[in-house]
Amino acid sequence: MTEALRPQPSEGPEFVQLLTPEGERVAHPDYDLEISDEEIRGLYRDLLMVRRIDTEATALQRQGELGLWASLLGQEAAQVGAGRALTASDFAFPTYREHGVAFCKGVDPVTLLGLFRGTSQGGWDPYQNGFGLYTIVIGSQTLHATGYAMGLQRDGGDGAAMAFFGDGASSQGDVNEAFVWASVFNAPVVFFCQNNQWAISEPLEKQTRIPLYRRAQGFGFPGVRVDGNDVLAVLAVTRQALARAREGSGPTLVEAWTYRMGAHTTSDDPTRYRLAAELETWKLKDPIERVKAHLSRSGGADATFFAEVDTAADELAAHLRAGCLALPDPDPITLFDNVYAEGSSLLDEEREQCAAYLASFAAAGH
Amino acid sequence: MAARTLTLGKALNEGLRKALEADPKVLIMGEDVGRLGGVFRVTDGLQKDFGEDRVIDTPLAESGIVGTAVGLAIRGFRPVCEIQFDGFVFPAFDQIVSQVAKMRYRSAGHVALPITIRIPYGGGIGAVEHHSESPETYFAHTPGLKVVTCSNPADAYSMIQQAVSCDDPIVFFEPKRRYWDKAEVDTDAAPAPLWTARVARAGTDVTVITYGPSVRTCLEAAAAAESEGRDIEVIDLRALSPIDWGAVVESVTKTQHAVVVAEAPVFASLSAEVAARISERCFYSLEAPVLRVGGYSTPYPTSRVEEDFLPDLDRILDAVDRSLAF
Repeated sequence: MTEALRPQPSEGPEFVQLLTPEGERVAHPDYDLEISDEEIRGLYRDLLMVRRIDTEATALQRQGELGLWASLLGQEAAQVGAGRALTASDFAFPTYREHGVAFCKGVDPVTLLGLFRGTSQGGWDPYQNGFGLYTIVIGSQTLHATGYAMGLQRDGGDGAAMAFFGDGASSQGDVNEAFVWASVFNAPVVFFCQNNQWAISEPLEKQTRIPLYRRAQGFGFPGVRVDGNDVLAVLAVTRQALARAREGSGPTLVEAWTYRMGAHTTSDDPTRYRLAAELETWKLKDPIERVKAHLSRSGGADATFFAEVDTAADELAAHLRAGCLALPDPDPITLFDNVYAEGSSLLDEEREQCAAYLASFAAAGH
Repeated sequence: MAARTLTLGKALNEGLRKALEADPKVLIMGEDVGRLGGVFRVTDGLQKDFGEDRVIDTPLAESGIVGTAVGLAIRGFRPVCEIQFDGFVFPAFDQIVSQVAKMRYRSAGHVALPITIRIPYGGGIGAVEHHSESPETYFAHTPGLKVVTCSNPADAYSMIQQAVSCDDPIVFFEPKRRYWDKAEVDTDAAPAPLWTARVARAGTDVTVITYGPSVRTCLEAAAAAESEGRDIEVIDLRALSPIDWGAVVESVTKTQHAVVVAEAPVFASLSAEVAARISERCFYSLEAPVLRVGGYSTPYPTSRVEEDFLPDLDRILDAVDRSLAF
């Protein structure tokens, strides 16, 4: 069973790959991608920046500056490929690990840190970049994406919605309800599943007996499995799925076959449940190295370019660190803010009580 | 004056029609709300007049109804979700409590979710299990939600419109055994603010605080007590979160006796909250402890014994007697 779930890239057209782990371009009959060297350099830059955000945030957690961090290490290509397929009029509904999609959507990574530092609960404006709030309850956002897509159908919006979720979430009732809704209403939504093989300690085999992308067939829409460590393939597949959604042909399930190289979060210890050998196998499929190998071999980029990107990544990391340390602790009384749009007599009263209690310390000279 | 005799169900129907007419972003979604008009006919005729895109028959999955309503609201719509029966709301509980209630807070005010979730609730209709429950406390306990309930046709007509136009998520409880109660509704009258309680009957001896389906029962109890020379004041809370404490305190300060009546089991209930607040605010006015009459701490029983579970006229008057005799 395990083998059936985990095919090798050589297994044929069901597994979409356009760039091998060795950095060779390969053709696929259904997914052509016309892409310039400049665009590939842009994707390389995105991948490197996103990884740098992740390593810096992990370091900040280890130094006590963040309470928690959910690393995306290993999933950069899946997120950059999908993130760059999204246009300004598309709306992304993320889990709590979509730092790469956020970056592509133009969200300042410092903003993301507030949630993990405890200075906000997200708090960004989802409308500004078309990037929804991080959603920690597993799978809930797939229904929000579907509803948003139904809204697009009703107001004539020209975008599509993309729901991000993982292999573990595929077992959730909400995800399956989202599939039913999207299918029945033919909603312009793309379900983007990053199958990173592990739901904390539970391997894929605990979630499914068939490849996840095949589930779509049972709901009445197409499913496709793509090499999630191949940014070109993910870009091509998600672009096509989004185009299909926008033109009114309904939802698509994209299963991005990838691997969570790090722990589930900084609170997790993967040595308790998986073998180091598995990690070694996936290191050979690194999403960044293959793009670098391709650009080097094709002459699409030179050493100067790679050095420039490294420098830019370090600058971003410095921005992230400085921004993190500068995030202000909220004024305690603001904990009453934004519960309701039209206020509440109950909350007004409690705010007054809290303010009076806090003021009593000032009055006592403490 | 446009006063007409309407049932409570028809008043809701007309209120929803007005809401659909007033704002093209208002949608109705739920199971059987379209062609059938809802199992209680509250949405009767609305799909025919407003189309399938605005009055949406959904798949049978309550979490899906509320979860997609969240997405529609993010997109700028104003969904009105119907949960077919009280006992069916729990598959949607996660979406309501974790998503609907918190989205505004989590987004620092950037996202408003003007969603109304209608739930027919309460017993007394001889139904099978899961069709007679009173789950209002769960929602009143959840910050980020507002909770209201109507008790009569006039309130039903105005309150549903006020709820739909409110920018906060509201759980709107409908007293299902009162759907067929009739009364005159002045559709031109300016309604009271949604967050105010109503003195349903003025009195001097005891304050009975209640809401939803129990309001009529309490009024009947008050009428019966009158013949025994007892003058009961009945407060219809209408809003269950937040509660109009001013109206409650004013009345109890006057009567010095309070009895709280609701169908839900009294343990850790809204009735408990009302009793606690009265103790805090009316302590020196009270001549007796606040008493509560409600359901017992059992699952809702079979219909052949539900009349023994529900607060009825005799149990209410028994509590009034105990309060006055204290």
